[in-house]
Amino acid sequence: MDFALVFREAWPMILQGLKVTLIISLLSIAIGMVIGLISCLMGLSKFKVFNAISAVYVWLIRGTPMIVQAFIVYYGIPIIVQQFNPSFVISEFLAGTITLSLNAGAYLSEIFRSGIQAVDKGQIEASRSLGIGSAKTMMKVVLPQAFKITIPSIVNQFIITIKDTSILSVISLAELCNQAKQYSASTYRFFEIYIIVGLCYLAIISALMVLSKFVEKKISYDRKK
Amino acid sequence: MTVNEGEVVCLIGASGSGKSTLLRCLNRLEESTAGEIIVDGYKISDKKIDINKVRQNIGMVFQQFNLFAHMSVLKNIMFAPVELKIMTKTQAQEKAMQLLERVGLADKAHSYPHELSGGQKQRVAIARALAMNPDIMLFDEPTSALDPEMVGEVLQVMKELAAEGMTMVVVTHEMGFAREVADRVLFIHEGVICEEGTPEQIFSNPQQERTKDFLSKVL
Repeated sequence: MDFALVFREAWPMILQGLKVTLIISLLSIAIGMVIGLISCLMGLSKFKVFNAISAVYVWLIRGTPMIVQAFIVYYGIPIIVQQFNPSFVISEFLAGTITLSLNAGAYLSEIFRSGIQAVDKGQIEASRSLGIGSAKTMMKVVLPQAFKITIPSIVNQFIITIKDTSILSVISLAELCNQAKQYSASTYRFFEIYIIVGLCYLAIISALMVLSKFVEKKISYDRKK
Repeated sequence: MTVNEGEVVCLIGASGSGKSTLLRCLNRLEESTAGEIIVDGYKISDKKIDINKVRQNIGMVFQQFNLFAHMSVLKNIMFAPVELKIMTKTQAQEKAMQLLERVGLADKAHSYPHELSGGQKQRVAIARALAMNPDIMLFDEPTSALDPEMVGEVLQVMKELAAEGMTMVVVTHEMGFAREVADRVLFIHEGVICEEGTPEQIFSNPQQERTKDFLSKVL
């Protein structure tokens, strides 16, 4: 066992992997939040078509493993598109971002829905009785409260999304786990490299947890400080 | 039923008799299934009217206060006038402070709803409704969720409002308030206005058996 050696040798690869993992996580979380909010609002809309689109989306994503979704996006879809445009290719990064965003979006959609439904109906009635329209009531009264209720679940989903980037090694995205796989395949130093990689994930997620506690405290309005 | 300008009408009756439903139909929080409701010349029961516009002139106070939990007292009161662009932020804040002064809570402007007692919450809720300068105020059992010692402070604010000539429709179990403040009392039974008259007539000389029966239980 020689951590110092492995660290020295693998550091450039790890750094590269860390960068990819962080970028794709942040990007997918951001896009997933938008998709999730849209899907959630569609699910709660009074238009049946929107309800159906949201329900099917959540059903498909939650009902299939992410590894299958990644294969479909990376290998499957290009084959179809190439029928019309033979020069079409999709990068691992783009395919990975699409898969991860769609995945996070579906779970966040359900988290948002539960949050919105947990807001007391009286809050909506109070706003509507003042003459505020339903869209503005949603934006200014319901969502801020729903967001606060669901912060722990949202952060939980962020953590899952960060860890799910490792699954994207199957479409040869050069993220943290893939780098470790590359390194260990040639050096057989499985133990050291995976301990180091594990610590990297732990560090990212610990930082996120500290940040979320800070945000939670910052926006709390009904707890004594 | 008709409510005239400046009049205070109290709706009384047993739980589940339809008092609150009737009140909630007046600003269409509840859809009426039949009949016509006209407030200020606007036909509330007409699906085509801009209900948000009409609601701006109808203040409502709820049993459960329903103050916006994520906003300070001041923000609660400023919310509608600012969002609906009826006042600037400065104007709304000035108005909010005046109203808080009026309900005796100026020192609570920067508190959050969870820091207030029930009676204080309800007084803020009244101030919030008044911020829109409504022509009519609806009260849905405003004191039913309060501890007994806080009922008085809320009723006091309502009495002052009535004295200033505000048009009010009040669903209440406070017979003392109805007797003292109402111009007219309506007794509702099983969704129907069973008897109506001045407080004197209803409380001292009820005609209907049902009214007598109800009053014998609550007085």
